Amino acid sequence: MNTLGTTHLPNPTHRETRRRLKSLGWTLLAIILLGFMLFPLYWIINISLMHQTDILQYPPPFVPPQLTLDGYRSALTTAGEYIQVSLIYGLGTVIVTLLIAAPASYALAKIHTRLVSFMLFALILAQMAPGTVVANSLYAAFSRLGLLNSYLAVILADATIAVPFAIIVMRAFMVGIPRELFEAATVDGAGQWRIFRSIVLPLSRTAIITASLFSFLFGWGDFLFALTLNSDPHHTPITVGIYRFIGSFSVEWPSVMAIAVIASVPAVLLLVVAQRYIAAGITTGAIKE
Amino acid sequence: MKSAPKQDRDDLAVVRSGKGAATFAAPSPRLPGWQRRDRRISFLFLVPALIFVLVFYVYPIAYNILMSVTRYTAKSFVTGEAPFVGLGNFQRLVNHPSFGTSVSNTIAFTLGSLFFQFTIGLAFALFFQRKFPLSGVFRALLLVPWLMPVIVSGAVWVRLLDMDYGVVNFVVRTLGLTSQPIAWLTDPHLAPISVLIANIWIGIPFNMVVLYGGLQAIPESLYEAAAIDGAGSWQRFRYISWPLLRPVSTVVLLLGLVYTLKVFDVIMAITRGGPANVSHTLNTFAYSLSFTTLDFGLGAAAGDVLMAVVLVFGLIYLRYAYGVERELTG
Repeated sequence: MNTLGTTHLPNPTHRETRRRLKSLGWTLLAIILLGFMLFPLYWIINISLMHQTDILQYPPPFVPPQLTLDGYRSALTTAGEYIQVSLIYGLGTVIVTLLIAAPASYALAKIHTRLVSFMLFALILAQMAPGTVVANSLYAAFSRLGLLNSYLAVILADATIAVPFAIIVMRAFMVGIPRELFEAATVDGAGQWRIFRSIVLPLSRTAIITASLFSFLFGWGDFLFALTLNSDPHHTPITVGIYRFIGSFSVEWPSVMAIAVIASVPAVLLLVVAQRYIAAGITTGAIKE
Repeated sequence: MKSAPKQDRDDLAVVRSGKGAATFAAPSPRLPGWQRRDRRISFLFLVPALIFVLVFYVYPIAYNILMSVTRYTAKSFVTGEAPFVGLGNFQRLVNHPSFGTSVSNTIAFTLGSLFFQFTIGLAFALFFQRKFPLSGVFRALLLVPWLMPVIVSGAVWVRLLDMDYGVVNFVVRTLGLTSQPIAWLTDPHLAPISVLIANIWIGIPFNMVVLYGGLQAIPESLYEAAAIDGAGSWQRFRYISWPLLRPVSTVVLLLGLVYTLKVFDVIMAITRGGPANVSHTLNTFAYSLSFTTLDFGLGAAAGDVLMAVVLVFGLIYLRYAYGVERELTG
């Protein structure tokens, strides 16, 4: 096409418009498909803006017959504490995970022995252990240690999901740091700790952010460990709160769905702020060793 | 990793002779002396992770196995006594009226989830292979159901599948498929299917993202060459995308398998294993035995069974993923 450009001048522009129309057609189709896939998300928002009485209508109203923020008002009063607790679990998981995983990733990126591959495999396998098994035995262990019903119990259990993932993501990144940098630093008299702190950590920012985001989501969204390891009513996170609400005899759906919207905010926020990190995290975690 | 062996020997000679500083910049697979000391310090960086692995993976798994051969009840926490019962728990487990249902549910749930998540995820990935305005934004939006807490997804499906006021029944009835509203959540035959539907929905984005990544890695030139040879879009999929995507597909399916075996939150949110224990999988069954019936030994036994299955497929995954990696790096 480009070699014949001068002789067929009107043709390419014609083709260009056709191509553009066609791609707009794809966008339209995508919107329809997305409408189906994301309908449940719309439904959460729809119900969160309704009155309880409008929930009990048939056919179900596709837009709130009467817009109201009552759901959010009651959500904030009943779920304010849940949000705080979820934040503690999310941030706590990030801190514990990074403290354990960052140095380990560095060591595993630097050393190339059989022990390293063995440890990576062990981590991947360990992370596959069903949560109920971990909860079952940690419940017994924590009750003996007096850790049951503490924030730490849940945070440590949440870290069991986050640590392997974080190590895989961060190590894959740190392997790519040129060896010459470490060597030059060593020549300049820097010790291991110094190299780790002043070279490796700043250079691995992307991987650290990715690992932190996912660790936060693991802690924030955890349900099983919070349900089993902490029954203190003041340590109820938003997930367990929603679970209790939808199990009660008469469910205040607008308020529950408003809480659900609040519970989804971090996920949406992280997607907006850090989409490339998240896509990167999913693919590294799944495909690379 | 794969530098010439001659270079290798040269480096070592320099290091041994003690005047190696000038050649340090040359990357070498063997470790010079200073790096060997270095390596010992590097292991220190591993210590926190090793302790964590021992305390939070090795110990729980071992202790779970130990619990499964004792009569471990709520009283055991107080008295510390849990009499050894050998394989008694496993015998009780197999004879439990809900064990059979849980096992067949686990199989059906896993196969159903994998099949639909994968095919729909692949369809979306292929769809997004075309370039059109806003496709990046759309792909990001599709991730939301996967990133938000699973309990939230479960909660909205409870609402959507509601017998009297749910949208699903509204659609089904408007289309004239049934005259009576369907009891998605309370009918013992339908409750497991309801959970399956919600779980498929949750898993589609993960499959889409990873398969999309796999598709992006296929060189554009292959498609161009095929187009010149007159291949249609089906032929391009059948003879280029599908075969070249196989390693990625296998990894996605194996990972999906392991993760589906462990699904907990969706089931708990939608049916809690009910009505009358018909929608339990092994995982939620193990939970209910331990934390509802407080028969921790029996729950541990169910956990053991699940763990064994997960371990088998986990090892297959590792072997496959590791093999693929080796193939790629030569």
